[in-house]
Amino acid sequence: MHSPRFRLDCSQKGEVRVILSGYWTLQSEPPNPGPILSALVPEVRHLHFAEEGLGNWDTRLLIFLQNILNHANTEQRAIHLEDLPSGVRDLLHLSATSPKQSPSLGANKESFITRVGNRVLDLTDQSIEIATFIGEIILAFMELLGGKRPFKSRDFFGFVQSCGVESLPIVSLIAVLVGVILSFVGAVQLQMFGAQIYVANLVGLGMVLEMGALMSGVIIAGRIGASYAAQLGTMQVNEEIDALRTMGISPVGFLVLPRMLALMLMLPLLCIYADIMGILGGSIIGVSMLDLSLIEFLEQTRKTLTLNQCGQGLLKSSIFGVLIGFAGCLRGMQCGRSALAVGAATTSAVVTSIVLIVVSDSIITYFLYR
Amino acid sequence: MSATAAAITVSDLTMAYGSFVLQRGLDFTINQGDIFVIMGGSGCGKSTLLRHMIGLMQPAQGEIWYGKENFWKLDETDRAAILRKAGVLYQSGALWSSMTLGENIALPLAHYTSLAPKVIDELVSFKLSLVGLAGFESYYPAQLSGGMRKRAALARAIALDPDFLFFDEPSAGLDPISARNLDQLIQELCEGLGATVIIVTHELASIYAIGTNSVFLDGEKKTMLATGDPKMLLKECQEETVVQFLTRGTGKREVRTV
Repeated sequence: MHSPRFRLDCSQKGEVRVILSGYWTLQSEPPNPGPILSALVPEVRHLHFAEEGLGNWDTRLLIFLQNILNHANTEQRAIHLEDLPSGVRDLLHLSATSPKQSPSLGANKESFITRVGNRVLDLTDQSIEIATFIGEIILAFMELLGGKRPFKSRDFFGFVQSCGVESLPIVSLIAVLVGVILSFVGAVQLQMFGAQIYVANLVGLGMVLEMGALMSGVIIAGRIGASYAAQLGTMQVNEEIDALRTMGISPVGFLVLPRMLALMLMLPLLCIYADIMGILGGSIIGVSMLDLSLIEFLEQTRKTLTLNQCGQGLLKSSIFGVLIGFAGCLRGMQCGRSALAVGAATTSAVVTSIVLIVVSDSIITYFLYR
Repeated sequence: MSATAAAITVSDLTMAYGSFVLQRGLDFTINQGDIFVIMGGSGCGKSTLLRHMIGLMQPAQGEIWYGKENFWKLDETDRAAILRKAGVLYQSGALWSSMTLGENIALPLAHYTSLAPKVIDELVSFKLSLVGLAGFESYYPAQLSGGMRKRAALARAIALDPDFLFFDEPSAGLDPISARNLDQLIQELCEGLGATVIIVTHELASIYAIGTNSVFLDGEKKTMLATGDPKMLLKECQEETVVQFLTRGTGKREVRTV
C-alpha cells in the first residue's frame, strides 16, 4: 500500500498545483503540509488540487485538505478542487457550508456573585418543590382516608411484597450479623468481670432500641428507596408522569402514595423481624462462647426489655419508612430526562435516605432520653 | 473511499421470536451505493430485519451475506470485523448521555484506531461540521433538540467512515423541515462517503426522495411482497397492499416527496 504523498508543481506563475497520490486513510500517516503552506506566497492567486494515482481515501484526506484551506487565505486566491474525486469535493463543500455556530450554552463564564445568586434561587425553588411535594402527599393521604381517592390495591400489595417478604433474606443476614457483632463486643468486656450474662442485655437493648430500626432502614433505603427513584425517574424519562398530569391524575396520589404506605406498613414489621434475628444472632455467641444456655439468654433478654423500649424502636422504624419513601419518590419525581439523570436520582435517593435516617434517629433519641 | 465495498444479500431469511414467525422467505440484494429502504406497515418486522443485519438478532433460518461472507456463519471476531465497517443510527439517536458530543464521536475512533488525540479532535470537529453541528463538541445530548441529537448520532455513525450505514426510522419525531434536511444530509453523506445505506422507514416523502432500491414487508402475509426502486414500484407494482402503502391509501400513482 502506497503511503499518502503529494507533489508540488509551481511551474506556472501565480499558481500552485498540489498533486495527491497514494492511500489516504486513517491507518496511514499523512505527509507534513508545511511545503504547501510555504509555497503559498502572496503572489499565488490560484491553488489547484489534483490527484495522480490516488488510492483509497477517507476523512484523513479531508482533514488534511481542510487544514490547508483554513491556512490558505481563500479570500485572496482561488481554490480549484475540480480535479479531485467528487466525494472529496462534496464532503468539503458540506463541511464548509455548515453553519459555524458559536454555542453559548455552557460556554458562559458566570461571575461568583451570579453563581451564588443562582444557587440561592435554586435552593429556594427546591424548598418550594419539596414543600409542594409534602403538601401533595398529605392531601392525597387525606383524600384516601376520606374515600375520595380510588386505591389500586394490586399495586399496593406488589410494593408490600417487594419491600416486605422479598427483603427478608438480606434483613435476616444483616440483623444476625449485627447481633453477633454486638455480642462479641460486649463479651470481650463483660467476661473480664464474670458478667457475661449481661451480653443478653446489651444485644437486646442494642437491637430493639437502635440497630434493628437503623439497619432495616439502611437496607430498605438501598434496596427499595433506590428502586423507587429509578422507577419514577424512568417514568419521567418516558413521559409517563406527564401523561398522568395531562389526564388530571395526580402522580403523587397515583404513584407516590401507595409506595409510601407500603414502606410505612412494612418497615416496622421488618424492624421487629430484625430485632428477633439480631437477638438470635447474639445468642449464638452467648451459647457457643459464653457458656450460656439459649433459655438463659432469652430469659435475660426478656427481663431487660420493656414494651416501651420496643415501642421506641417501632416508632423510629415508622418514621424511617416515611423518610425513605419520601426521599426515593421525591428524587424520582425530580429526575431529569436522561439515563444519566436516572442514575443520579437513584444515588441521590439512597444518600438522602441514609442522611435523613441518621439525622432523625439522633433527634428522636435525644428527645426520648432527655 | 474503498472501491471494493461489498453489497448485502439476504437469502431465504426467516425472522422469529421463539416460535412466533415474524417474516419468512426474505430474498433480496442490496447493491453497493444503494440507498436501500426497508418499508412496510407498523409491526411488520422492519426494525427486526435491521437488527438481523447488524448482528443483534440471529436468523431463525436463512442467510445474510456481506459480499462473499456469510455473516451468521462467521465467528464473533469476524462478525465484529464486518460490523466495524458499519455505522448505525438508532431511532432514538442512542447517544451516550454521560458523554459530550465530542466524546461520543471520539469513542469509536479511540477504540478502533491508534490516532493521536489531536487528530481525533480534528476528526470529531470535521464530522460535526459535516452534520451542521460545528462547535458543539462540548455539548451533552440532553442540551440538544431532537433534530440536533439525530444529526449528532449521524456524526457518530460516520465516525469511522463506514462502508455501510444503517438508519432506523431516521426522521421519526422530527418536524417536516428537519426530516427533509436530514434526508438531504443522508443523501449527500452517502454520495460523499460512497457508502451503502439501509434505511428503515415508513415515511413516504423520505422513501421517494432518497430511496434507490427497496423491499416491502407485509405483516399479514409475513413475507416480502416486492423489491426494487420505490418510484418504479409505485408505477408498476401489481400488489394491492404495496400500492395502497405507496399511495397512502389513495391509489393515485404519483410521486409526492413533500
